[in-house]
Amino acid sequence: MISIEEFTQLLEKEFEELPPNTLTPDTNYRDIPNWSSMHALIIIAFADANFGVELTASDLRSTQTIRDLYNIIQSKITNQ
Amino acid sequence: MALVQVNNISLLSISAAVPKNKVFTKDYDYISEQERDMFIKTVGIEERRVAPPHLTAADLCYHSALQIINTLQWDKNSIDAIIFVTQSPDYFLPASSIILQHKLGLSKNTIAFDINLGCSGYVYGLYVLGSMLQNGQIKRAILLAGDKSTLSTCYKDKSTYPLFGDAGSATALEYNPNASPIFFNLQSDGSGEDAIKIPHGGSRYHIQPDTFDEVEIEPGIIRSKRHLQLLGADIFNFALREVSPNIDKLLEFSGISKDEINFFIFHQANYLMNESVRKKMKVDKSKVPYSIHKFGNTSSASIPLTIVTELKDQLQSLQTLLFSGFGVGFSWASCVFQSKNIQVLPLLEIE
Repeated sequence: MISIEEFTQLLEKEFEELPPNTLTPDTNYRDIPNWSSMHALIIIAFADANFGVELTASDLRSTQTIRDLYNIIQSKITNQ
Repeated sequence: MALVQVNNISLLSISAAVPKNKVFTKDYDYISEQERDMFIKTVGIEERRVAPPHLTAADLCYHSALQIINTLQWDKNSIDAIIFVTQSPDYFLPASSIILQHKLGLSKNTIAFDINLGCSGYVYGLYVLGSMLQNGQIKRAILLAGDKSTLSTCYKDKSTYPLFGDAGSATALEYNPNASPIFFNLQSDGSGEDAIKIPHGGSRYHIQPDTFDEVEIEPGIIRSKRHLQLLGADIFNFALREVSPNIDKLLEFSGISKDEINFFIFHQANYLMNESVRKKMKVDKSKVPYSIHKFGNTSSASIPLTIVTELKDQLQSLQTLLFSGFGVGFSWASCVFQSKNIQVLPLLEIE
């Protein structure tokens, strides 16, 4: 699994409208400007494409920060 | 496992009809301009067609069927079956296909029934009709597929309202002992019943005192129980989990390789979702046509509509085609076959 910093950068690239280095591991991802359910779908696609992991609606509800997302993806990879 | 080979079927012609009335995402002022832009970029829908009150899915399919019958110059007495895949029939009963048998002037010897499926329905319909025709006892049939989904969405529900367009289609099938086989992989998972659902109005929860009460589910999502509900994350995960393995198994069963396929025509669900599936399958973009930008998600009509609008002049020669429909149910199905010369008819726009 890549580092949390690499993970944050990789995720940031999914949101083309964000200037570089906007996100940090402790950013609450719902604070991304104009956050919407479309952003949630982008995160689900991101987790599937890069890590082969399924993020459910309840996974998303239980997470706040990018670090939380990283941790949940990491634990799913470990349990696979 | 429902891996099935259907023989002796030619897909002769495909027709599609949409309402003339266009509705543009940029005019959907229930959400902010930024959200509209994000929606267009990710979900992909810029405009869609919305039927006026007098126009139903059965009407759209009627026009498509008539176009097919006239173009092929089929004697109406020679048509043995008409099947209508829809989740927005004209009435609870009788089945709309039976009304259409009469309206189209088909003979009383025609087999007619409806199939209650949505996104997967076009492929299921091909399977059902193909199976009926393949032993040659009946020879000609028309598959109708379409929905008036805009009837069931709530303007105040941003998760459904801008997503759906109305459309109907007709496909002519004929018994032909020289036709290449059509291979199918058909699947179902009813544990996903809540992901795409109209909760009230059926017999489980018929019209009740609270059926029409509009309730806020979350900000920007207000709807009643007679409206369509969508659980976006669940649907997205379902498609990512199931579509690619379904197609892999189908290809293994058919002996046709991914590289041999000229076009993958997917149900037009959501641009981001379809692109995620396409990338997962490592299929080149040029082989995957889209009509979602102009018509939205048109339920069971989306595969034939995409063929009519995007592949009109490309199916006259020998082609290997793969269709895949996935969604409400959950229900999903794919088929792959070699087509020789499908007559793709011009899109009809109905007032």
